[in-house]
Amino acid sequence: MVIERIEAQLPGAVLDQHAFRGDATITVSGPRFLEVVDFIFAEGFQLLLDVTAVDLETPEFRFEVVYHWLNLVSQERLRIKVPVAEGAAQPSLVSRFKSADWAEREVFDLFGIPFEGHPNLTRLLMWEDFPGHPLRKDYPLDGGDPFCTQDIGASFSPEARSLNA
Amino acid sequence: MANLNLDDSVMTTRLDSVVNWARKNSLWPLPFGTACCAIEFMSMMASRYDFSRFGAEALRFSPRQSDMLLVLGTVTNKQAPVLRQIYAQMAEPKWVVAVGVCASSGGMYRTYATLQGIDRVVPVDVYVPGCPPRPETMIFGVMELQKKISRESLMGRKEHIERFYQSLARQEDLQKAKGLSSYQVVREMVLEAGHKGEQQIW
Repeated sequence: MVIERIEAQLPGAVLDQHAFRGDATITVSGPRFLEVVDFIFAEGFQLLLDVTAVDLETPEFRFEVVYHWLNLVSQERLRIKVPVAEGAAQPSLVSRFKSADWAEREVFDLFGIPFEGHPNLTRLLMWEDFPGHPLRKDYPLDGGDPFCTQDIGASFSPEARSLNA
Repeated sequence: MANLNLDDSVMTTRLDSVVNWARKNSLWPLPFGTACCAIEFMSMMASRYDFSRFGAEALRFSPRQSDMLLVLGTVTNKQAPVLRQIYAQMAEPKWVVAVGVCASSGGMYRTYATLQGIDRVVPVDVYVPGCPPRPETMIFGVMELQKKISRESLMGRKEHIERFYQSLARQEDLQKAKGLSSYQVVREMVLEAGHKGEQQIW
């Protein structure tokens, strides 16, 4: 298992882990992230499938940037989560993985997480002068449009949202 | 030659009704297909439903050569200024059919990303409900548009379109004054109108 090898080679880098039916997931601390990336690249995880993020609304590390890798030789998959504080930058992987380019731009666009070292960190989906980052939990679903949710506003109240949590 | 009977060769009518008769039977559709409604539209144009029976055979994918804009599917806020530009570029007189619930009202997409009905940014003549509407429904919608064309006055249509050009000029002035993109300016115009309780920006 790749998780055991990472733990053996880079002690202390893995904060949390779980593996269920091939769904290998580790949480890596921000400062050790690039070390882990270089190690798993040597292990054969050379296809970066996706970069995305989660807004956890926790006070210390608000976001979690999530990376998905595929090992093309062994067909193993690996998910790496990195906690990121609000306003803190995450190192860009574009110099290592070309597929990180648009994925990181999307995360920057929708969550407002800057990627340090990205060659062209501009919005991907929303227009350039769009205010705010829509996938943050504090962004209103209707974007401030009074006609958008006026008749169904109740179902999007904080009380209703907590029922889904 | 001596007994020429003019009764058989001359018909008197109003200019409006004869011009509108010609207009309604030679509509040139421009499909603005963004979602599944465009797939139903393909079915409507194909042999089974054969939309050319209604005088709208020639599809034109250039706004300069068409006068009936069919908005087929979800229009996002990012597409709103594109739709306005396409409508502005069309040959006059021009009509708009909002096909499907997304184009008519935003449909199920009640989010920051979706324009809540294209009538917010361009004048709409006929709304066709359905998700997606069947080809018969779209044909019925266009037949309703034909009825509407046959009833309208030529000057009324001209003034109706003129109002849109005024809003386009206002949009361009705001873009220059604020230094914002067309997307953001149209979004702000829609939000401002919404807070005033108005449904449209044109």
